[in-house]
Amino acid sequence: MSDSGYTLSRLIHDLKEFSVWARSPEPTGVYGLMAEFATPDDVVTAARAVRAAGYKKVDGYSPYPMESLIHELDQHHSWVPTIVLGGGITGFLAGYGLEYWSSVIAYPMNIGGRPFHSWVSFIPPAFETTVLFASFGAVLGMLALNGFPRPYHPVFNIEEFAKSASNDKFYLVIEAADPQFDGARTAELLKTLNPTFVKEIPA
Amino acid sequence: MDSGHSSSGTSSTMDSKYLPLPLVAPGHTNDSVTEKISHMTMEKETPRAWWLTFLIALGMAGGLGVAILGLLFVGIGLWGPNTPVGWGMDIINFVWWIGIGHAGTLISAILLLFKQKWRNSINRFAEAMTLAAVLCALQYPLFHTGRPWLAFYWLLPYPNTMSLWPNFRSPLIWDVFAVSTYGTVSLLFWYVGLIPDLGTLRDRAKNPIAKVLYGMASMGWRNSARHWSNYEKAYLLLAGLSTPLVLSVHTVVSFDFSVSLIPGWHATIFPPYFVAGAVFAGFAMVLNLAIPVRWIYRLEDVITMRHIENMAKVMLATGLIVAYGYFMEVFMAWYSGNFFEWFMMKNRAGGPYGWSYWLLILCNVVIPNTLWWKKARTNTIWLFIVSLFVGVGMWLERFVIIVTSLYRDFMPSSWGYYKATEFDWMFFMGTGGLFLTLMLLFVRFLPAIPMSEVKMILPGAEGRARR
Repeated sequence: MSDSGYTLSRLIHDLKEFSVWARSPEPTGVYGLMAEFATPDDVVTAARAVRAAGYKKVDGYSPYPMESLIHELDQHHSWVPTIVLGGGITGFLAGYGLEYWSSVIAYPMNIGGRPFHSWVSFIPPAFETTVLFASFGAVLGMLALNGFPRPYHPVFNIEEFAKSASNDKFYLVIEAADPQFDGARTAELLKTLNPTFVKEIPA
Repeated sequence: MDSGHSSSGTSSTMDSKYLPLPLVAPGHTNDSVTEKISHMTMEKETPRAWWLTFLIALGMAGGLGVAILGLLFVGIGLWGPNTPVGWGMDIINFVWWIGIGHAGTLISAILLLFKQKWRNSINRFAEAMTLAAVLCALQYPLFHTGRPWLAFYWLLPYPNTMSLWPNFRSPLIWDVFAVSTYGTVSLLFWYVGLIPDLGTLRDRAKNPIAKVLYGMASMGWRNSARHWSNYEKAYLLLAGLSTPLVLSVHTVVSFDFSVSLIPGWHATIFPPYFVAGAVFAGFAMVLNLAIPVRWIYRLEDVITMRHIENMAKVMLATGLIVAYGYFMEVFMAWYSGNFFEWFMMKNRAGGPYGWSYWLLILCNVVIPNTLWWKKARTNTIWLFIVSLFVGVGMWLERFVIIVTSLYRDFMPSSWGYYKATEFDWMFFMGTGGLFLTLMLLFVRFLPAIPMSEVKMILPGAEGRARR
C-alpha cells in the first residue's frame, strides 16, 4: 500500500504545473510516443520501467480500471472525495437553511402546535439535499478533473488506439512535454518493454 | 452469497458441484465480451421478439396517454378514491413502482460496497430498471393533484406570487425531496457507469451519426489511468451515497403512513418492513426482466446460473423479513391492547377484503418459500413464476395496508367500500407499458451489461503484477 498522503508542497507543485499547462501555447508537432501492449502484465511492467527511468508525464490506458496500473503511475490521488465532501456540506446547509428560513422567518405557521423550528422534521429533507449535492459533486467533479467534455485528443490520431483502447489492448504514452523526453532515446526504451508497436503521436 | 472467488486450491479433493459457478463462462476474452455485449445494441438485427414486445408495450403506454388526457379533461373523479378511502390505486401503484426501483440501487450500490462481484453483469440493467420504475412512480403524485401545473407551490419550495412555502413538517414534503433526489442520483449513477461503455460503442460504431452521438455521450472518454482513478473514486462515493439514500426513500414513503394515527398505519415497524418489501419486489422484477432477456439474447455466459441463484437467495431472505413484518403487525395489534388496532387486524383478515389479505400471504410468504430448494432456484421457469407472484403479492400488500386500514375506521357510520375504476386500471396498465417501452429501448440502444466491469472480473485482469 503506498502512502497517499497529499502534502501542501505537493498541492503547490500541482497548482504550478496547472498554471504552466493553462498558459502553454497550442501544441504543434509531436504529442508524445505511444506503445501498445497485448497483456495487462506487459503494460504494468512497462509503466514501472518507464517511471523508474525518471519519466513523469506518463499515462497508461486500459479497457477497464486496473488498480495496479494506477498504482505504478502514482495516480492514486484524486480530488473527487474532497469535492464530494464540499458538495455534501453545501447541500446540508442549503437544505436546512431553506427549511429554517421558510418555516421560521418567511412563513411561520402554527401547524398542530409544533414549533416553527421543528428540527427533527427538518432532518429528512436536509439529508436528501446533502446526498443530492454530494452526488452532483462526485459526477461534475469527476468530469471536470478528467477535462470533460473533451471532443479532441491527440491519442485518437493513432488508428489502432481509436479502435482497441476501449476493447482489449493496453497502451502507455510518454508526452513530449516531459523534460526527459527525447524522441529516439525514449522510443528505444519503450521498444525494450515488449510492445506490439511504438508510434509517434502527432499533436 | 460468496465474494466471487471461482476456484480454490482444494478443488481436486472436493466434489465439483460444491464449487461456485464462474461469473463469466470460461473461454471469454476482453474482445469476446465486447463483441457479445455490443452486438445487443444497434450492431445486429433487432430480434423479432423485441419488436413484438415493443409494439405491445407501446400500445399499453398509449393507454397511459389516454388515461392522463381523460384525467386532465374531467378531473380526478375518474379515479376510485373517495370518502372514507381517500388513498387508493394512485398511492398503491406509486409505492409499488418506487419499491421496484430499490433493487436496482441495492444491486449497483450496496453490493458494490460489499464487494459482491456477481453484481457486475446485472447492475446496469437493474439501474435502468430503477430509472424506468421511478419515472412510472412519478406519474401518480404528479397527476393525482388533478392540475399538476397549479400544484407546484405546495410541492416544491420556490418563491411564488402568493408568498406560500411548503410545510416541511409533513412527510408528504419529505417524500417529494426523497423521491426527486432518488431519481436524480440514480440517473447520475447510471450515467457515470455508462461513460466507459459509451466510449467503446463510439470506437466501434460504423454509422457516422451513431459515432457522433455515442461520442458526445461519452464526453471524450479515453480509458486513461488518470480517468479511471477519478472515475473509480466517483463511482465508489456515489455507491456510498446511494446506500443511505435508498434506505431513506422507502423509509420516508413509509412515514407517509406511520406518522399518521390511523390503526394499521401508525406502527414503528413500517420503515424496515417497507424497505425489505421494496427490495423483495425489486428483485422479483429484475428476475422477471433478466430471465427473458437472457434467453432472447443468449446471455447465459455472462448472466450465469450463479447470478440467477444469488438473486433468488436475496429474494428469499427479503421475503422472510417481509413475512416477519406481517407476523409482527398481527402480534402488535393484539399485544397493544388497543381496541381499534385489534379490530382493524381482525377485519383485515376476516372482513369483506379478507381475500386480499390471504392472497397476499399466499403470494409473498407461501410461494417464495419454495426457494429454499436449489432445484427451485435454478429452474428459470419456476423462478419466473415465483417472481410474478411476488410482484402481485407486493402490490396486494400495499392494497391491504392502504385500503383495509381506511375503509372501516373509528366510526361505523363512516364505513365504506373501495373499488378501483376502469381509469385506475388503465393508468396502471399504462405505466406498465411505459416501463416496458423504456426498458426495451434501453436494451436496444445502450450496453445492457457493463463491458468494462465484466472485463474486470475475467481471470488475470490485473496481471501478475498486482501487489
